[in-house]
Amino acid sequence: MRNTLIRNAAGRLVVTEINGDVAIPFQGVGAFVPAGRKAAPTVSRCADYPNDGNKIVDDLKSALMKAGLRDGMTISTHHHFRNGDLVGNQIFAAASQLGVKNLRWFPSAAFPCHAPLIEHLASGVIHHIEGSMNGPLGDYASSGKMRGLGVLRSHGGRYQAVQDGEVHIDIAVIAAPTSDPFGNCNGVTGPSACGGLGFALVDSQYADKVIVVTDNLVPFPCVPWQIQGNYVDSVVVMEKVGDPEKIISGTTNITKSPDRLLIAELTARFVREAGILRDGLSFQAGAGGTSLSFAIFLKEMMIEAGIKARFVRGGSTKYLVEMLEEGLTDYILDGQTFDLEGVRSMRENSHHVHTNPFVSYNYHGKGNIASMIDVVVLGATEVDVHFNANVVTHSDGRLLHGIGGWQNCLFSKCTILPIPSFRDRIPVIVDEVTTLCGPGELIDVIVTERGIAINPLRQDLIAATKHSGLPIKTVQELKDEIDHICGGKPDKPEFTDKIIAAVKWVDGTVIDVIRQLRTDG
Amino acid sequence: MNNTAQAGQRGKDIRSDCWIELQQNEAGGNHIILESKVRSLYGRQIEELLQKGLGFFGLHNVTVRIEDSGALPYVISARFEAAVKRLLPEKNQSFLPDAESQVQTPSSRDRFRRSRLYLPGNDPKLAINAGLHQPDGIILDLEDSVAPLEKDAARILVRNTLRLVNFYGAERMVRINQHALGLEDLQSVIPQKPNVILVPKCESKENIEEVEHAIEQILREQELSWDVFLMPIIESAKGTINAYEIAQASENIVALAIGLEDYTADIGAERTLGGEESRWMRGAVLNAARAAGVQPIDTVFSDVNDMDGLFASSREARLFGFDGKGCIHPRQIDVVHRAFAPEQKELEKAMKIVIAFDEAEKCGLGVVSLGAKMIDPPVVKRAHRTIEIAIRSGLLTQDWKEAYHA
Repeated sequence: MRNTLIRNAAGRLVVTEINGDVAIPFQGVGAFVPAGRKAAPTVSRCADYPNDGNKIVDDLKSALMKAGLRDGMTISTHHHFRNGDLVGNQIFAAASQLGVKNLRWFPSAAFPCHAPLIEHLASGVIHHIEGSMNGPLGDYASSGKMRGLGVLRSHGGRYQAVQDGEVHIDIAVIAAPTSDPFGNCNGVTGPSACGGLGFALVDSQYADKVIVVTDNLVPFPCVPWQIQGNYVDSVVVMEKVGDPEKIISGTTNITKSPDRLLIAELTARFVREAGILRDGLSFQAGAGGTSLSFAIFLKEMMIEAGIKARFVRGGSTKYLVEMLEEGLTDYILDGQTFDLEGVRSMRENSHHVHTNPFVSYNYHGKGNIASMIDVVVLGATEVDVHFNANVVTHSDGRLLHGIGGWQNCLFSKCTILPIPSFRDRIPVIVDEVTTLCGPGELIDVIVTERGIAINPLRQDLIAATKHSGLPIKTVQELKDEIDHICGGKPDKPEFTDKIIAAVKWVDGTVIDVIRQLRTDG
Repeated sequence: MNNTAQAGQRGKDIRSDCWIELQQNEAGGNHIILESKVRSLYGRQIEELLQKGLGFFGLHNVTVRIEDSGALPYVISARFEAAVKRLLPEKNQSFLPDAESQVQTPSSRDRFRRSRLYLPGNDPKLAINAGLHQPDGIILDLEDSVAPLEKDAARILVRNTLRLVNFYGAERMVRINQHALGLEDLQSVIPQKPNVILVPKCESKENIEEVEHAIEQILREQELSWDVFLMPIIESAKGTINAYEIAQASENIVALAIGLEDYTADIGAERTLGGEESRWMRGAVLNAARAAGVQPIDTVFSDVNDMDGLFASSREARLFGFDGKGCIHPRQIDVVHRAFAPEQKELEKAMKIVIAFDEAEKCGLGVVSLGAKMIDPPVVKRAHRTIEIAIRSGLLTQDWKEAYHA
């Protein structure tokens, strides 16, 4: 297959075809206008389901066979257990036993615990992955070994892709900490409680077949029903669906690094000096040590100023839960639970609200929460002198992270990237990002340990912080300083012509592609 | 003769450093075997730097093996030089990276020394950003934080650090070793224009004279005119008894610091949180420093997780009469500065005195008075200093007098 490349509105050469389907190049922020109607699954009827509501099937393999698993299908899973998921690997083990090939895996995110799937990628059970790839799967894809083209989407973009019919899910498998035999399920109760199941919403609504897998079966009704059983075809009970202890991944601990604490503190000070810190504010701080520390500094400033937030967006952690319980915010609107305190709070506190990518992030909807937020604090692997940012590849070109809600969050009223100016010797502020994930026009502020750069498009923020005493610099000044420290401009990693993955923008257009790394020797 | 030598650090927990091994072969030319996490970005520059080093020392038939964890160029040069000198002790040239001119800034006797941040001299990862945390001084330590077998490598690394790491206005300090080792340290660091040399375990004026003499000689040889101040550290019973004599031993002494870990061991006491066992000593050193007109500086607070304890300890030190406190973690700096900032009542009094001083000067009066009360010159001086600290701590703006008069 020769893929025709075209230069998109961001100046990136991108593919026009992805795994046999037409792909639309990025046209600019807000430029692409979708047409037509949403996708829809086939019509079901109650006559095909037991009147007593009991949809239990013996085991996962039987449920997959009942769902009609065959070559070339799309199978979806979700990452509410993060690195503690125990179901994903079992699905493909079963598919392998059944001799099925060329499946498309469509996870909301993959984690290092899914490393065993490399075997199924190699053998052809899985044709390719559309979803975040990092750790061992990222290395596998970066080396060009995956058969199909990987597709990276944001959480909102995943909802959009399914809703708009770009991705049709044949079988969705939802790991649920508690379910009833009808398939009503939630993530907040049961021994494996891990929080919300919001990532699975779109799958339940649009997939042809939906399988719920649980290790805590309760009689009807399972309340709350985060996923409604009316969408569900079968329910499988197994010994354990996930390890909730592992939802605490490496990125959800508060940082001890003095430099990162300094960056977090500067970020909080910026928010205060820019006048964003006022009664009734809303903010979102992602997972990651610096973002969490930012939330703690902000909390101190809120107490000092005697104000509280109307809502904070999670990724919830114990730090946000403390704010809720201490009355510093009216609500947590939570898309993903990052620790067990978050799980407890979501279960017990009606002001800790379970959300999903439809309400939070979907760009092809009638508005979403992301654009209503006063300030959002996000990570990045690289930012360039035009404020464009990269979150999926390392400066050395390897796949590193999924997009998560990152692209969707850029639509907030003020988007801040607190980042170290360099990591060891790797510059983070560069001439041009290795992979474009977020257009610079949506990124307002970069906070580094060496100074703060404000996007010239935000003259309001520049004016507001002019006399703040904060170390405000231009992004070029920061870059020159860092290049000087690191010993000159870095070389670029070398890639082959082979494209291994496409990065989608929130509207389903292709904003960039990722190429195979040229390895030495 | 051993034909291999190594320097530096490697392993999965090592950051911003590198490990270099040199192997002298009979033939075959020079080879570089590079393993680096930044290979695709800086591999070429690293090889060029090592080639330059091989040429500089005139090495032939050497295999250089480098395992790099993101070391900056000045660190790589330092490790390379240390390995060369371990392999071939007769190579006594210095493989100096290009100096940064703006990093060498003069200091003054009376500048603030509220916080001084200790950095282990042989560990490069903290140095590059240390100044961003805005301590009054940064100490590159060659003494207790450096293992005996690494003294040579640390000395080269500290020399390079002084040569080109910007501390953004913090005073550049080096704690040298005692006696002969210390004199070797001075040979390395003095040409790089540090502001203050900390003399550890100082017990007599002879300790100071020895150091001062060496510094003078190096400055003369290098034809440098540069102020190198001295901060003796008193950390023994004998040193405490001789504190006044030590404080007066040189014009260049700007402060006396104390070290309690060694002192308590020396007097046979247990170090307690309350510090009763060192109260007399702290008073004695403080009094000696004041009598000699130099700054008394308190010891470090070693629990980096206890910020409330640090604040209380620093406040106590200030009320006791000390001008500063040692820091072993960057996050301690701001806490120490807050503790050394004047309290509101004190600040208001100082403002009144400074305004009264201005008035008196304007009227050409020799004495400052507040109402009917005469204010002694040391009190006026102290008030000026209180105002300066307040400005530095963000409690007052530079133009506070305008607001005061308004």
